Amino acid sequence: MITKTLKQDRNDESAARRWNTWRSFKRNRSALTGLILLAIFLFVAVFAEQVAPRDPQKMSDETFRPPSFEALFGTDDLGRDVFSGVIRGARTSIFIGVTVALLSGLVGVVVGLTAGYAGGLLDDLLMRITELFLIPPRFFLALVIAALFGSTLFTMIAVLSVTYWPTAARLVRAEVLSIRERSFIEAARAMGASPARIVFHDILPNALPLIVTNFTLMVSGVILVEAGLSFIGLGDADHISWGYMLHNGQHFIRDAWWTVFFPTLAVSLLVFALNAVGDALNHALDPKSRIEYLDKPA
Amino acid sequence: MRLRRQLLSRSSGGFFIRRAVQAFFLILVLISINFLLIHLAPGDPAHILSGQSGDEKYYEFIRAKFGLDRPLTTQLWIYLSSVARGDFGYSLGYQQPVIAVIFERVPATLLLMLSAVSVSSVAGVALGVEAARRANSFTDRAINTFAVLGFSMPSFSVGHLLLIVFALYLGIFPAQNMSSASQELSGLDYGLDVLSHMVLPVTTLAIVYLAQVMRLTRTAMLNVLGENFITTARAKGVGEGRVIYGHALRNALLPVITVIGSDFGMLLSGAVFIETVFAWPGLGRLMIDSLAMRDYPVLMGLFLIISTSVVVVNFITDLAYAALDPRIKY
Repeated sequence: MITKTLKQDRNDESAARRWNTWRSFKRNRSALTGLILLAIFLFVAVFAEQVAPRDPQKMSDETFRPPSFEALFGTDDLGRDVFSGVIRGARTSIFIGVTVALLSGLVGVVVGLTAGYAGGLLDDLLMRITELFLIPPRFFLALVIAALFGSTLFTMIAVLSVTYWPTAARLVRAEVLSIRERSFIEAARAMGASPARIVFHDILPNALPLIVTNFTLMVSGVILVEAGLSFIGLGDADHISWGYMLHNGQHFIRDAWWTVFFPTLAVSLLVFALNAVGDALNHALDPKSRIEYLDKPA
Repeated sequence: MRLRRQLLSRSSGGFFIRRAVQAFFLILVLISINFLLIHLAPGDPAHILSGQSGDEKYYEFIRAKFGLDRPLTTQLWIYLSSVARGDFGYSLGYQQPVIAVIFERVPATLLLMLSAVSVSSVAGVALGVEAARRANSFTDRAINTFAVLGFSMPSFSVGHLLLIVFALYLGIFPAQNMSSASQELSGLDYGLDVLSHMVLPVTTLAIVYLAQVMRLTRTAMLNVLGENFITTARAKGVGEGRVIYGHALRNALLPVITVIGSDFGMLLSGAVFIETVFAWPGLGRLMIDSLAMRDYPVLMGLFLIISTSVVVVNFITDLAYAALDPRIKY
């Protein structure tokens, strides 16, 4: 009986919270803009082959054509269609961003949950290891690893995951530490719930809003770093990415501004959309907002 | 005077020494990470310690110098002690010791970074205060949107846009380099020439940073403005200008100072891109060049010096914070 009321209470509370969250999110106009932009980018990334008018890697004699009806964003030094490149680049960027955020988010959640809930020696050990990864500046660590180990799509994902999980781990741990002191956890423990049940059934769902917000901001951060690394020539040349297009286009910026302008616009819009959504989620879920932006690496 | 006394009393309390020891330990860890990366990387460590353009005899010399046939722990010791002596290896590409190659480029990057930090701190704090004073007004929302936008654009994109508009299209400012190579200038003319070359890169770096400072100032100001002593001051009839700048801002500046210090790494990575876009002859440009030439000793030396400087700046920020905020006890 008691269990039921407790549970009921919590469900009511969370339903009310969800409603408030959505209301606060909806009011935020830049967040709605972000959401719409995000939907467009996702659609384009998934259906890249169908949306792109040409093969983005295919060269032609028509080099440096300015934007026109035939080639919306013009063509580059090898006669490749910039519009198709921007569309294919969306897929590369989003794929890397989401994969890295998922991987490092997963590691971060596991480490953060364990450290936060177990406490004591294990917590100390895990946190010292986490801090070790945070000592070298993230962007430069990623740059040096990519330079030494080569830069394929796979190494890029590995490198970025290695540099991103510690932030997630620390954030989740801090959240777990505050949740486990709340009274419903105490109640669950008093009723004899196992640690596994408490962690997965009580703590994790309550930490989820923070994890989701962090995920959004992490994707945007990763996309920026990836674009930055590709821009300085450390990208995977087999997969067209915005960073690669910028790297290639920067030499022709004097004569063909469109080779640089459109990829730039694409990165900025996508990252803006992700930040706006993440920012709004952050404020909607917690008005005193715990996460400031992760960092601006590129 | 009070500040100095506080700083001194804290340092005698062991705070300074504890922090210094910690920073020293962190630097040791950084050198070890460097060592580890050199050995974990695929290929011959001798190539990474000397660059790709050596011959077999040179690699033999490097192997002997770093004891590459001896146990790893011995190698680590050799590496640590040579770095401690300031020996970061020799760059075959530049025909100079790595440390000389790097320090030659430091002034250009420092000039760029210090100017950008000054511009963005002053402008960022001013805009942040304005946004907090008119919280949720049109001005506030405009400033906020600008901040999110500034945060979303990669710094090289900001640079490209400024370059396209102000250097290529309008032709107001020079696009590349730190000074005009074509003419010999001296004194004031040289200074003005460098200044005109600085405008675009500094603006780019400052825009990137401005967003961060602005948001933080706004949050900090909103927190402080809600406190009792502000109400008291207003009730006593203190002018609004003095309340904002004399009472509130003084308290709100603390977290802003920490962020200026702790974002040093971010500023450095911004410099890499901006130096690439504007061909600015600093550390970032050197990093890209050494990457392209596979000049690994320079690359690893740069990584080590950059990460060490981040640790040192954080250390100084901690000290400044402790000195400025009497409530902080470590």
